[in-house]
Amino acid sequence: MAVKLQQIHHQHHHHHHHSVAVKVNEQQMGTKRGYTFIQAHRAWLPKFLLLWVMLVAFISWMIYNGMDADNKVRRKEVLGSMCDQRARMLQDQFSVSVNHVHALAILVSTFHYNKNPSAIDQETFAEYTARTSFERPLLSGVAYAQRVVDSERKEFERQHGWTIKTMEKERSPIRDEYAPVIFSQETVSYIESLDMMSGEEDRENILKARATGKAVLTSPFRLLGSHHLGVVLTFPVYRSKLPQNPTVAQRIEASAGYLGGAFDVESLVENLLGQLAGNQAILVNVYDVTNSSDPLIMYGHQNQDGDMSLVHESKLDFGDPFRKHQMICRYHEKAPTSWTALTTAFLFFVIGLLVGYILYGAAIHIVKVEDDFHEMQELKVRAEAADVAKSQFLATVSHEIRTPMNGILGMLALLLDTDLSSTQRDYAQTAQACGKALIALINEVLDRAKIEAGKLELEAVPFDLRSILDDVLSLFSEKSRNKGIELAVFVSDKVPDIVLGDPGRFRQIITNLVGNSVKFTERGHIFVKVHLDEHAKATTFAKADSCLSGGSKESVIMSGARQFKTLSGFEAADDRNSWEAFKHLVADEEFQSSGSLNVLTTNEASESVTLMVSVEDTGIGIPLHAQDRVFMPFMQADSSTSRNYGGTGIGLSISKCLVELMGGHINFISRPQVGSTFSFTAAFGRCKKNAFNKMEKRNSEDLPSSFRGLKAMVVDGKPVRAAVTRYHLKRLGIVAEVASSLKVAAGTWGKNGSLTSGGSSTQPDIVLVEKDSWISGEDGCSSVWPLDWKQSGLVFKLPKMILLATNISNDEFNKAKASGFADTVIMKPLRASMVAACLQQVLGLGKKRPQGKDVPNGSSFLRSLLCGKKILVVDDNMVNRRVAAGALKKFGANVECADSGKTALKLLQLPHSFDACFMDIQMPEMDGFEATRRIRQMESVANDQINGQSMVEEGTAKKGEWHVPILAMTADVIHATYDECLKCGMDGYVSKPFEEENLYQAVAKFFKAKPISDS
Amino acid sequence: MDRRHLRQQVTYVRKSLFDQGYLDDQFMQLEDLQDDANPNFVEEIVASFYSDSARLIQNIEQALVSRPVDFGKLDDCMHQFKGSSSSIGAKKVNMECSQFREYCCAGNIEGCIRTFQQIKQEHATLRKKLENFFQLARQAGQAETA
Repeated sequence: MAVKLQQIHHQHHHHHHHSVAVKVNEQQMGTKRGYTFIQAHRAWLPKFLLLWVMLVAFISWMIYNGMDADNKVRRKEVLGSMCDQRARMLQDQFSVSVNHVHALAILVSTFHYNKNPSAIDQETFAEYTARTSFERPLLSGVAYAQRVVDSERKEFERQHGWTIKTMEKERSPIRDEYAPVIFSQETVSYIESLDMMSGEEDRENILKARATGKAVLTSPFRLLGSHHLGVVLTFPVYRSKLPQNPTVAQRIEASAGYLGGAFDVESLVENLLGQLAGNQAILVNVYDVTNSSDPLIMYGHQNQDGDMSLVHESKLDFGDPFRKHQMICRYHEKAPTSWTALTTAFLFFVIGLLVGYILYGAAIHIVKVEDDFHEMQELKVRAEAADVAKSQFLATVSHEIRTPMNGILGMLALLLDTDLSSTQRDYAQTAQACGKALIALINEVLDRAKIEAGKLELEAVPFDLRSILDDVLSLFSEKSRNKGIELAVFVSDKVPDIVLGDPGRFRQIITNLVGNSVKFTERGHIFVKVHLDEHAKATTFAKADSCLSGGSKESVIMSGARQFKTLSGFEAADDRNSWEAFKHLVADEEFQSSGSLNVLTTNEASESVTLMVSVEDTGIGIPLHAQDRVFMPFMQADSSTSRNYGGTGIGLSISKCLVELMGGHINFISRPQVGSTFSFTAAFGRCKKNAFNKMEKRNSEDLPSSFRGLKAMVVDGKPVRAAVTRYHLKRLGIVAEVASSLKVAAGTWGKNGSLTSGGSSTQPDIVLVEKDSWISGEDGCSSVWPLDWKQSGLVFKLPKMILLATNISNDEFNKAKASGFADTVIMKPLRASMVAACLQQVLGLGKKRPQGKDVPNGSSFLRSLLCGKKILVVDDNMVNRRVAAGALKKFGANVECADSGKTALKLLQLPHSFDACFMDIQMPEMDGFEATRRIRQMESVANDQINGQSMVEEGTAKKGEWHVPILAMTADVIHATYDECLKCGMDGYVSKPFEEENLYQAVAKFFKAKPISDS
Repeated sequence: MDRRHLRQQVTYVRKSLFDQGYLDDQFMQLEDLQDDANPNFVEEIVASFYSDSARLIQNIEQALVSRPVDFGKLDDCMHQFKGSSSSIGAKKVNMECSQFREYCCAGNIEGCIRTFQQIKQEHATLRKKLENFFQLARQAGQAETA
């Protein structure tokens, strides 16, 4: 139980370890994956998009602004030029009018003052001005006011016949000076006699004008007649010619009157603008800005709307140094939105947006694809892990099933030992058979799972290949005999006796292949052949040669039926095993064995040996369509196969795995209805001589050497079969000759006998006759030639006649006996040990080998093994000791106990009477290993002494007299512990607490071997 | 009637010991070893287990309080203790012992102490249960012979 727990724990641990490994792998993958930039910044993607959109919007806005600014500049320039143009024209026209007024002033000065009497009166003036008014389109009218000093007022009033009136048309009060209008254009005749100096502004203008001698303007006001805005222009008229650069006083002195005219500025500008293009587009205002803080409007509406954002100012110079005017222009309408700019910007924005979106979409797609990829990768890892887990699960579960199954089988075996009625026995046997089948299946599944999980490790121990093949053959001998199939094995001499490898797995492959063949073969033969791989190739070439030279002589017509030179005469799928090819092999061997030894030594020098094993049958073959899936697990040729023949079809796939583990290949040639030949290669290690001795005892059944030097004659019509027989005889040390028929054999002997009478050098000791040859030659000579010999009267021992048969009926047996054959018929399949046993029986030499081999497994056998044996149990733990002792006593053993290694050592002082020792490993002071080492030391000293004596006395060494089997008792059955057990000289181990099966296995190994080695 | 009742009770108690996981197959094997030649084999073994384990428990306790802690010695003692308990099939005790040895390997003294408390508890519980069981079995045996 403890063992089991530990195993589970171990497996669990292992599993855990594995999952960790997977995780680590995943992590590695994660770091190795290397997220791309996009993947790493996936959260930023929408932000990137937003940023991009904002950037694009910003650039669009910049583009729009840039284009719009251009437009504005152009607009401003246009406005400026238009405004300047208007201002210039206005100024020009104004100055033209002013010039006319100036001319009038000169007219008045010339004709009113410089002529005496005056050439101008009111009528003349009115007429003249009326007639020249076209030249002054902007002046609503002109008038002349004379300078009158107060002292001259009376005179003046009398002269003109009216009094000077103020602007309010009242009689003017007394002042220093007056400026009554004396001439006026008809349009403004209403101002005649009005004192221009009575109005404050007019007076100032007059004063300014006469001081400067230039035209002076009033501030704008509403004209009396038209209610248009206008200004009054005042021009001084001087009486006499003025000197160059007159002073102000001179000017005042010389001034005689003042000419004035009213400018209708509004009409002026209106006219002017009307003449120009683009009148509607711009809005023009003219201001008097003499007082800059309070500009007075001269033209245009104060509260006119329009584009207030863009204004252009142009200076106006109307020739009056005291007044400043300016023109302000603006557009009527606001600047129209620039559609080109807008469209360009918009298009840019749209394109940018699209590009951004495409990039975003691409990035999102990449992220998605990468995500998917990672997901897939993870799934893949998980799937792989699941696959491994599946295999592990299978391994674990089948292991767990196997344990109780063993219990069931054991119990059934025990049950069968008891007294049962025949029905009960039948039931129990059926159950046992089923259980065995189940456990075989479980073992196969376990193997397969183990291989898949990579847990299967091959052993490398020396083993005897030939005896394993014999074992396998003996397994199937019953079945093959019942079916009447010939089963044979042949191992080339070049194959070393002992090879290093895994005997269990090798046996498994062979068992599987032969089992399959037996299952599917109803007639003919199954032939297992082993030889060196290189050798096999050479033979194939040789065969090819023979084919080239003479064509295949494979088949010969024999008694009307087509016979092939194979083992049984049936056709085989692969003709490599036919006699033509086989001959080369055998011949080669003979050459080598007779010839040079150095070939063998060179071969042995190499480390490994590759064997070619083929299993040939003459069964139903594999259908062509199924041939490519033969090695797939759970696949059989077709579903009907499992119905007819049973089985799971897992065996071949396991075999394939095993072969590959052994470093070889497996393949097959199959022809439906003819048969199949499976062949595989496998590499084994060569075994060194010293390891051989150690192994011999354990693994190979030792063949008796008492036949060495005997001669035999094999009578067999089929050369392949004869070669097989010879191979087995050779293993026993018997030199055999082959004769194809009894006649030939008899002929040979007769000749030999007569020629060398008495000399028995070529006289065979045994004649082995194949049943077929006997029956075919029966009529003629079977009873004749023994008689012949008797008649000849020669005194030599008659050779023993032995019949070889696959199956034989009682009649045939009796007949054979009658015709001089020995009592014993060697039943095929041939095995060296079996042949040896038969020969022993026939020849009566040697002693019978104890037939203890097939004793059933179980407690009864354990009892039989242990009963009466004296066993020492060494354990420091009292409880364990008592339990172990109790268990052994139950099986009839005579148990003694020791509680420490030292005590054990004392008890095992030679000579002692113990048959075995069970030794706990972990003990204080002296542990099991140490104790065993000392015991072995003691024994070897004693043995040396004995051997030395016996050498002197007898000369025949009887080695290993003292060797008490020591079994380790341990709770943890790990391989390392086992190795250590063997290393320090122990013979095996049993788990603690005892399990019956385990104990049986351990004990059986040496208690069984004992009688043989002792004998 | 009484005899049969006692038998049933013995069977029941025995079954419950297995069902509750106190004992495992090894105990059955011990029972198998009991025969006419050795009629009280199981009881003797169990008794020797308890006398033996008392010593071991004392050793372990000493090793647990000694400083520095000698994990090697602890492990040795526990190995013996575990060996004994697995020999009589004391499943629960045995499992705790495994736990203890793991802690021991890891050098976790707290875990060791904690587990050891549990071991002692399981040990005592099992002792009580087994004594009860043997008592009943003896009564049943006496009733049978009487």
